[in-house]
Amino acid sequence: MWQGLAGIALFLGLWQLGSALRLPMLRHVPTPLEVLVQLASAVQSSQYWLSWYVSGRRVFLGYAIGVGLGVPLGLAMGMSRTFHDTSFPVLEVLRPIPPLAWVPLSILFWPTMEQTIVSIIFLGAFFTVVLNVLGGVEAIDENYRRAALSMGARPWHLFWRIVLPATAPSIFTGMAVGMGLTWEIVVAAEMIASIQAGLGFLMWQAYVGGNIALIIVAMVSIGLAGLVSSSLIWLAGRRLTPWLRRT
Amino acid sequence: MNVGAGALSIRRVGKIYDPDAARVVALDDVSLEIPAGEVCVVVGPSGCGKTTLLNCIAGFDAVSTGEISIDDELLAAPGRRLAPGADRMVVFQAGALFPWKTVLWNITCGPVLSGRLARGEAEDRGRTLLARVGLAGIEPQYPGELSGGMKRRVEIIRALLNDPRVLLLDEPFRALDALTKSVMHEALLELYDLSPKTILFITHDLEEAIFLADRVAVMTTRPGRVKTIVTVDLPRPRDYRMLSTRRYGELKQEALEAIHEEALKAFAAGERELA
Repeated sequence: MWQGLAGIALFLGLWQLGSALRLPMLRHVPTPLEVLVQLASAVQSSQYWLSWYVSGRRVFLGYAIGVGLGVPLGLAMGMSRTFHDTSFPVLEVLRPIPPLAWVPLSILFWPTMEQTIVSIIFLGAFFTVVLNVLGGVEAIDENYRRAALSMGARPWHLFWRIVLPATAPSIFTGMAVGMGLTWEIVVAAEMIASIQAGLGFLMWQAYVGGNIALIIVAMVSIGLAGLVSSSLIWLAGRRLTPWLRRT
Repeated sequence: MNVGAGALSIRRVGKIYDPDAARVVALDDVSLEIPAGEVCVVVGPSGCGKTTLLNCIAGFDAVSTGEISIDDELLAAPGRRLAPGADRMVVFQAGALFPWKTVLWNITCGPVLSGRLARGEAEDRGRTLLARVGLAGIEPQYPGELSGGMKRRVEIIRALLNDPRVLLLDEPFRALDALTKSVMHEALLELYDLSPKTILFITHDLEEAIFLADRVAVMTTRPGRVKTIVTVDLPRPRDYRMLSTRRYGELKQEALEAIHEEALKAFAAGERELA
């Protein structure tokens, strides 16, 4: 904790020093103090907080749908050979397409820009989650299944008591990685799509208006948003997989 | 304990794997009668079909020929395979405690989820058995926090709490060091003396086999069949001093001669396959 704070302080200190020394590469970059001043004024404006809210809502919606569909689909693919063999090729062709490459088609497909952005975020989370969950199910030691059968387990026992807990770590890994992706995507999507709010929009607006300090404020805000959401997933994962805690 | 239950009968069992029409005869005409409450240890060279035999009894695998039954109830015959169940509990070589559950849950889940025991009673029995083998107090821990030897003891207790008619152990102590192994043997025998069960124990460790067994069945190299049966007439309860008795030495010699011959054959067959 203290080391982390010291690291941040050192980073800011070097940046300030660099600006004071007029390093050429920092010529267009405001000093940390200027950014702080900008931040102080930003947090007092409702537009700044609206940007957080709007981006956060998009991320949450797309992510929740992605996880909500991705986890069951991954589990189903892992447990049914037939379903796996039918759906995996489709998934493998669609997966490498970068989420942003879906933007033009999504704009045509969805009636509103809001839905377009949420659907792009959904795609980013969805594929990551499906693949991680699938990998998790496939990696389950056959002996767990056999041991359970040998104790007289019924099929629903196998699912709830073996498959689900055994896959839990992979589910959370997929969720954490997926969460990281969603913030990348929301910002890019907000910059591409002509939309009137969001942290990505805020940044674009600052760029158009030539307010470099505000660009940095927006960047740091996005970083924080990603950090906070990943931490929440990580904490939830830790609570729900207590057996992985190393003593 | 009802000594009448748990007689295992293996009659002329054969198993042929036929992947891509390359007929691999894993078991050929294996016959073995294990009376209720007996500890029968099957030894044989690697790849002789010991585990295949166990899988057929457990219900993980189907037999190609022959029959397996417990107490005259048919378990397996060609085209007929009884699903795995708690009456034939298996303890696996690699261990299969559920890492996501505590020790107490692991050992009680079988009887509790199948409705055979109330949770309270299962937990009492579990605690008693854990204390028996020197593991009192580890109930709330996760398997990942235990040593290899502790895990194996917990796993045997889990198997016993399922009250199987036949306990099937597939090289359960293979991964343990020699010292831990000897502690395991004593723990297993202590639990066995507490409630004698029919045990089919698979290993390739002869000392272990003779120390634990009422009878040692030596299997031939592939295709596996029973080559000889050595009756171990050492008295029970057993302890480690018996390992230095003359009788033990004679029994070991007898089994060793049979198994050595098979090991040589297995080795030669391996050479041929490689050539």
